[in-house]
Amino acid sequence: MLAFIIRRIGQAMLVIGVMVVIVFFGVNVIGDPVWMLISPEMDQSAVEATKIALGLDKPIWEQFIYFVGNALQGDMGRSFVHGEPAIKLILSRMPATMELALVALFMAILIGMPLGVYAGLKPETRLAKGIMAVSILGFSLPTFWVGLMLIMFFSIMLGWLPATGRGDTVRVLGIETSLLSLNGWTYIALPALNLALLKISLVIRLARAGVREAALMDYVKFARAKGLSQRRIVGVHILKNIMIPIVTVLGLEFGSLVAFSVVTETIFAWPGMGKLLLEAIQRLDRPVIVAYVMVVVVLFVVINLVVDVLYSVLDPRVRLTEAKA
Amino acid sequence: MTSIRLLALAATAALTMGSAISALQAQELRIGLSAEPSSIDPHYHNLSPNNMLSRQVFETLVGQNEKQALEPSLAESWKTLDDNTWEFKLRRGVKFFDGSDFTADDVLATFKRLPAVPRSPSSFAPFIAGQTIEKVDSHTIRIKTTAPAPLVPTSLSTFGIVSKACAETLSTEDFNALKCQGGTGPFKYSEFRPGDRVVMERNNAYWGKKPDWEKVSFRFLTAAPTRVAAILAGDVDVIEGVPPSDMARLKSNANLSVVEELSNRVIYFHLDHFRETSPFITAKDGSPIKNPLRDLRVRQALSMALNRQAIVDRIMEGQAVPAEQVLPSSFFGTSQTLKPTPFDLAGARKLLADAGFPNGFKMKMHGPNGRYTNDTKILEAAAQMYTRLGIDIEIETIPPANFFTRASQGANGDPEFSFILVGWGAGTGETSGSLQALVGTFDRTRGWGAANRGRYSNKAMDEVLTEALRTVDNTKRAALLARASELSMNDLGIIPSHYQTNVWASRKGIKVTARADEYTLATGITR
Repeated sequence: MLAFIIRRIGQAMLVIGVMVVIVFFGVNVIGDPVWMLISPEMDQSAVEATKIALGLDKPIWEQFIYFVGNALQGDMGRSFVHGEPAIKLILSRMPATMELALVALFMAILIGMPLGVYAGLKPETRLAKGIMAVSILGFSLPTFWVGLMLIMFFSIMLGWLPATGRGDTVRVLGIETSLLSLNGWTYIALPALNLALLKISLVIRLARAGVREAALMDYVKFARAKGLSQRRIVGVHILKNIMIPIVTVLGLEFGSLVAFSVVTETIFAWPGMGKLLLEAIQRLDRPVIVAYVMVVVVLFVVINLVVDVLYSVLDPRVRLTEAKA
Repeated sequence: MTSIRLLALAATAALTMGSAISALQAQELRIGLSAEPSSIDPHYHNLSPNNMLSRQVFETLVGQNEKQALEPSLAESWKTLDDNTWEFKLRRGVKFFDGSDFTADDVLATFKRLPAVPRSPSSFAPFIAGQTIEKVDSHTIRIKTTAPAPLVPTSLSTFGIVSKACAETLSTEDFNALKCQGGTGPFKYSEFRPGDRVVMERNNAYWGKKPDWEKVSFRFLTAAPTRVAAILAGDVDVIEGVPPSDMARLKSNANLSVVEELSNRVIYFHLDHFRETSPFITAKDGSPIKNPLRDLRVRQALSMALNRQAIVDRIMEGQAVPAEQVLPSSFFGTSQTLKPTPFDLAGARKLLADAGFPNGFKMKMHGPNGRYTNDTKILEAAAQMYTRLGIDIEIETIPPANFFTRASQGANGDPEFSFILVGWGAGTGETSGSLQALVGTFDRTRGWGAANRGRYSNKAMDEVLTEALRTVDNTKRAALLARASELSMNDLGIIPSHYQTNVWASRKGIKVTARADEYTLATGITR
């Protein structure tokens, strides 16, 4: 296991290195941040002054060497726009995005699994067909549109839930979370549902396909012949076997929930790091973009590790091969 | 089933009652902003949302009213002693939040801080360049300039004063962490959550008229549909930047009121005046031609073929006014004789033919997407209008970050495009800055023409404007600026399209003072 983890970390370092080079020079190709930062009314000498203040007057390769030098000492640079350390900005926004993604993930599992399993067990019923039809909608409707419709229905027409923002937060172990108050849940419900919608559909489809395949397997027939209850057959024998693909996919999807919650965060004015990234891209805030990419790469690597560990928990075959190796 | 329905009913009732109660007690005002500040340090970044928030906490020496005319603020009065010296009398009895007195020393310390804020993305230092400040007594300061400088009071209206203690010891991060108690404004910051909101509390020791609100939260709702949803759902009491497409809906809503005011922002076309052959203009068969935009008749044809009223009515849905110069004629230094060019397609065709282009030519127009209200649609409309004129038009819209870099300094350091859509807001509320930057001859050493992306040059205009910039007498200066406006606009240094209007929506019973500078100030919102 240890060798495996070390190998993974090595790969991650390589990916981070490549990404940083691409992003650093890529952002530079798009444009010069000074035009996004300076007040348009300023004259030529003020433009030069800003370039010097931010180190943008140096050739790009020199900026890169300087950046790498600092990065190796743990300093990712300061945001051009906010003047604060880029990492600090991202980490301060991370809890909001994380809790949004987590709630969305749980919604996906809690709603998607039962529906999918049902649709897999009784594929011919009307309800199952209805579930599948709705899951197609979940896949194909654009997130921003669904988000606006949710706001329209639940906030404006019914007035049940607030339309925008994050609720009261409580500080637990140094992390701000809004999940510990009822007020917080009223705020997170709509954005999390919006973010989860696509994943719910995904889980439904995966679960249904898995159940239909597993239901025909010999071990299920054997269990049935043995006289086990339906509940036990589904709950233990089938579920356990269909979990592996679902865990894999959800693991990867959790990464994308965190990294690409941009649209949902913007529509619901959720103060997470997706909004920060969007603004950083719009204003060419290179330090923030680079730091963000690094954080996301690390996140994906960690998630993949966790998924691999979960495999071995769920599937004894994986444990056995590893033990031999 | 019934119980679920009951529950839902009870929940709705509770929520409605909750909001009714909070509306009654409404000591808190909730505002949805369209842009987010980069910091709440008043001297870190000369950026509209930063300035807007900070002027409610850190007051300026000279204020700007809702039409951007100057008014006393921390300075009670000012006058010139001679052409190169201004004297400002400071208001007495003003206290900072920490209880200390506001004196000339604080102004001096602020002046010292302006050029010394580290990593400032857009410093305030240019506003006080060439000014030396001296203290006469505890409540009088003098500002000396190297040349006659009529705009000194205007430049002092751009930045807030902080106490000497804050100015000398605190960094931008300290300001963001609410460590500065050195403001004098009607509000003080009580919370700053980047990406989410800024909260202010009333300063009960304020020297002026105390605002109606004990607490004001400014929420950053940068997406327009989100802002509209937030006010419809009752999440906020006031929103700024109402998008034209939602105007009708909000106006017809009985629970909301909408106010608007002509802004200081003009949307215009800048054209290539300086190249013999322009990179994005060719004959219809693609062969190179001489740059037609250097011919006044062609520029006039392009201005006449632009149906400004149609843009205002159809695309801006009435949230704009046809433009004839760099600022609406109600502002200082504008020409009262210029009128928007009327739409005249036949006349435009004739001028184009007279200029030697009876069959038109081929041109590519560029513009930013998402920087100005409906910018892409305006560009598309203009393209259709010019197609009717007989010009083969292609358009390309580019993300602002890329657009402004290329439009200002292309690959070889010159503006890259031939014909662009841009906008310009005059933060100073008068025309000299706009004329100098947009149509003044490009000159690095003088700092002229910084935003002259067509490199227009008109010696006669330059001379009149230079004269205006050293004329301290207001009446004379206004006349000179009007003259400079006429010289540059009759020659079509730029083709103005329209002035935007700023629109606010608020819950019924809450009155918003609409402002020309796009600022949403809690002091201007009453019940």
